[in-house]
Amino acid sequence: MTTQNNVLPTARKPLDLRALLDNWAMLLAAVSIFLLCALLIDNFLSPLNMRGLGLAISTVGIAACTMLFCLASGHFDLSVGSVIACAGVVAAIVMRDTDSVMLGIGAALLMGLIVGLINGIVIAKLRVNALITTLATMQIVRGLAYIFANGKAVGVSQDQFFIFGNGQLLGVPVPILITIVCFVFFGWLLNYTTYGRNTMAIGGNPEAALLAGVNVDRTKILIFAVHGVIGALAGVILASRMTSGQPMIGQGFELTVISACVLGGVSLSGGVGMIRHVIAGVLILAIIENAMNLKNIDTFYQYVIRGSILLLAVVIDRMKQR
Amino acid sequence: MHAQLQTHNAGARLSFTGIGKTFPGVKALDGISFTAQPGQVHALMGENGAGKSTLLKILGGAYIPSSGTLQIGEQTMAFKCAADSIASGVAVIHQELHLVPEMTVAENLFLGHLPSRFGVVNRGLLRKQALACLKGLADEIDPQEKLGRLSLGQRQLVEIAKALSRGAHVIAFDEPTSSLSAREIDRLMAIITRLRDEGKVVLYVSHRMEEVFRICDAVTVFKDGRYVRTFEDMSTLTHDQLVTCMVGRDIQDIYDYRPREHGEVALKVDGLLGPGLREPVSFQVHKGEILGLFGLVGAGRTELFRLLSGLERTTAGQLELCGQTLQLRSPRDAITAGVLLCPEDRKKEGIIPLASVAENINISARGAHSTFGWLLRDGWEKGNADQQIRAMKVKTPNAAQKIMYLSGGNQQKAILGRWLSMPMKVLLLDEPTRGIDIGAKAEIYQIIHNLAASGIAVIVVSSDLMEVMGISDRILVLCEGAMRGEQRREHATESNLLQLALPRGLAN
Repeated sequence: MTTQNNVLPTARKPLDLRALLDNWAMLLAAVSIFLLCALLIDNFLSPLNMRGLGLAISTVGIAACTMLFCLASGHFDLSVGSVIACAGVVAAIVMRDTDSVMLGIGAALLMGLIVGLINGIVIAKLRVNALITTLATMQIVRGLAYIFANGKAVGVSQDQFFIFGNGQLLGVPVPILITIVCFVFFGWLLNYTTYGRNTMAIGGNPEAALLAGVNVDRTKILIFAVHGVIGALAGVILASRMTSGQPMIGQGFELTVISACVLGGVSLSGGVGMIRHVIAGVLILAIIENAMNLKNIDTFYQYVIRGSILLLAVVIDRMKQR
Repeated sequence: MHAQLQTHNAGARLSFTGIGKTFPGVKALDGISFTAQPGQVHALMGENGAGKSTLLKILGGAYIPSSGTLQIGEQTMAFKCAADSIASGVAVIHQELHLVPEMTVAENLFLGHLPSRFGVVNRGLLRKQALACLKGLADEIDPQEKLGRLSLGQRQLVEIAKALSRGAHVIAFDEPTSSLSAREIDRLMAIITRLRDEGKVVLYVSHRMEEVFRICDAVTVFKDGRYVRTFEDMSTLTHDQLVTCMVGRDIQDIYDYRPREHGEVALKVDGLLGPGLREPVSFQVHKGEILGLFGLVGAGRTELFRLLSGLERTTAGQLELCGQTLQLRSPRDAITAGVLLCPEDRKKEGIIPLASVAENINISARGAHSTFGWLLRDGWEKGNADQQIRAMKVKTPNAAQKIMYLSGGNQQKAILGRWLSMPMKVLLLDEPTRGIDIGAKAEIYQIIHNLAASGIAVIVVSSDLMEVMGISDRILVLCEGAMRGEQRREHATESNLLQLALPRGLAN
């Protein structure tokens, strides 16, 4: 053994099992649950069911990518469910009136951007609590969705629009592809850009971030603006799958997205979060829901089970930190 | 009921025997032994960081001493929490009062044991008990009033009334007059005198000489966490004796001061006013100079730094950096200009605890080293972190270690590394060695010297007189939000700096 007692030993520890588990536990859990379901439940692995599972993951998965940024910065966003509904409605109406798919999608994304900007500016500049701000915009946007749609679903007749929801590439549905792209892109954004790193710093210690020269307000506004746009994108895809913009869709969706993130290991108090947490959380929630449907478990019981899993996950997380 | 439980402690003296308190890397208290007699007001004096507050925290049950015993009368006390201390008849009146502004005076007085029946508060009884409590202390206070509407002096009286209602026999005051008006001070003095005459043990922590000579019967002096001596006879004690005793012994030269060449003016502050400053502040600091800023707690040092680092907006005055006017709207402006701050409260304002050492070092400089300003360059990120860790001698297993697991000294060195990754003109250090062990202190002084030698202007705020005198070329003294004087290194003595730092009119 050499006695290299340098200040900076980059020597790797033999095998840090604990750190390994901490980092990958939830993803491992997701894979285990998947395998368990594959073994125990008939038809779970059938192409039809896999496709359904993938589609179920897609909407939550896309929105969870940017919710990760909100949570990592120490905030969260309740308005995303309403944004999804309103984006579908706006896209459908604009397409109906202009017959242009591009304009429809553009208008929907613009709507998401505006909602996100409002959230971000109110939270960052006026220093209003994110819970209250997004609770308010959640209701406003939901109301607007109903007003725009006149209270009922707005049908879409442009065939090109359906590519986003029902198209396939090499046998894989487009929504799943978009979700994978989002996972990769936002995971990269969080780790390899100043924007992502600043987001983590703000959530970790806002005062220290400010004093270190991070433009805290601008970063926060950006986080919410991007979240608005991505929420709207998820709404457009959902509308495409359903061939209509429905103002009543996505009620409680925001809580599902936050649950998925937290279940995967993203901290509600900010500063902790990785894209693999999000992927794990989204997978676990979707697989369990899918399994429960295949097993014909009553919806009422499904609520109880989903809630219990979330509670169990956060309690375990708490105990781990002690 | 409460009062009866404690009667056996009444008339008992309070003694500390060999009390020590160690925090990771720091000895806050070491072998403190003295006795405070009932029917006396006993002052505790010493510079900031001498250990007075730590001792009061031990008395109040907030800290458990690492060694030694605390006795009330013949009984040895082992307080595990604040409730133990209160139950034994001890009350500590802190600078920041532990009261709820949104609740009424009466509710505050009986918080935790409101008179109730089956959980329903008996409002009539509460009011009656509250009135009885306040009687003779502050008869003018209406128990129904919201606490937040009272003046600070009145709130303090509520806190005292609360302590007495719980049958406190030992009452400790921590800088009780720091935010009171002259009238309120007189009233507090009268009350303290009364408590003394009732045979209670009163501990009194204050920087204000005048008050100590006015009401105290004995003074115990602390320095660097150690007991220096107790003066039992106030009539033969002089101000000078007391100050000399507080300043005390020499310490070995860990500062390693070397004279340097000073260049032209780096930062010129002209008539600066803002939150926390009572009078306009003007001074200059030169390239290569280390300027010390000394003052007691509340002198406005940190506030001045908040203005210089762009955290607070100035209300008047001008800043000039290397001959050019400097406008600061946010910390970013200051950082861009090269005015960099190492904040006082490392945990709260300095580090991002959950992030790695590398993150904490790179966060400020990376914008300039990223592709298009936002795409991180892996090579630079790793290289810079490693380089700063090596240069600052940060002791960490690797750059990916979460910074929260490092000691205070290593966290401070990492933050210095953060700023050394940037182009720097002026470095503002706020209490750079607070809570840091002696070895790391010496390393940090070394770094400060090297920075100054490379032509950077360094301003160091410290409440540690030895440190200020040890490293500074020139020392400015602040007191109560105003500049009180300046001493060159060769003329600075502990007593002349302390005289300047003590509130005017009280020192002489």
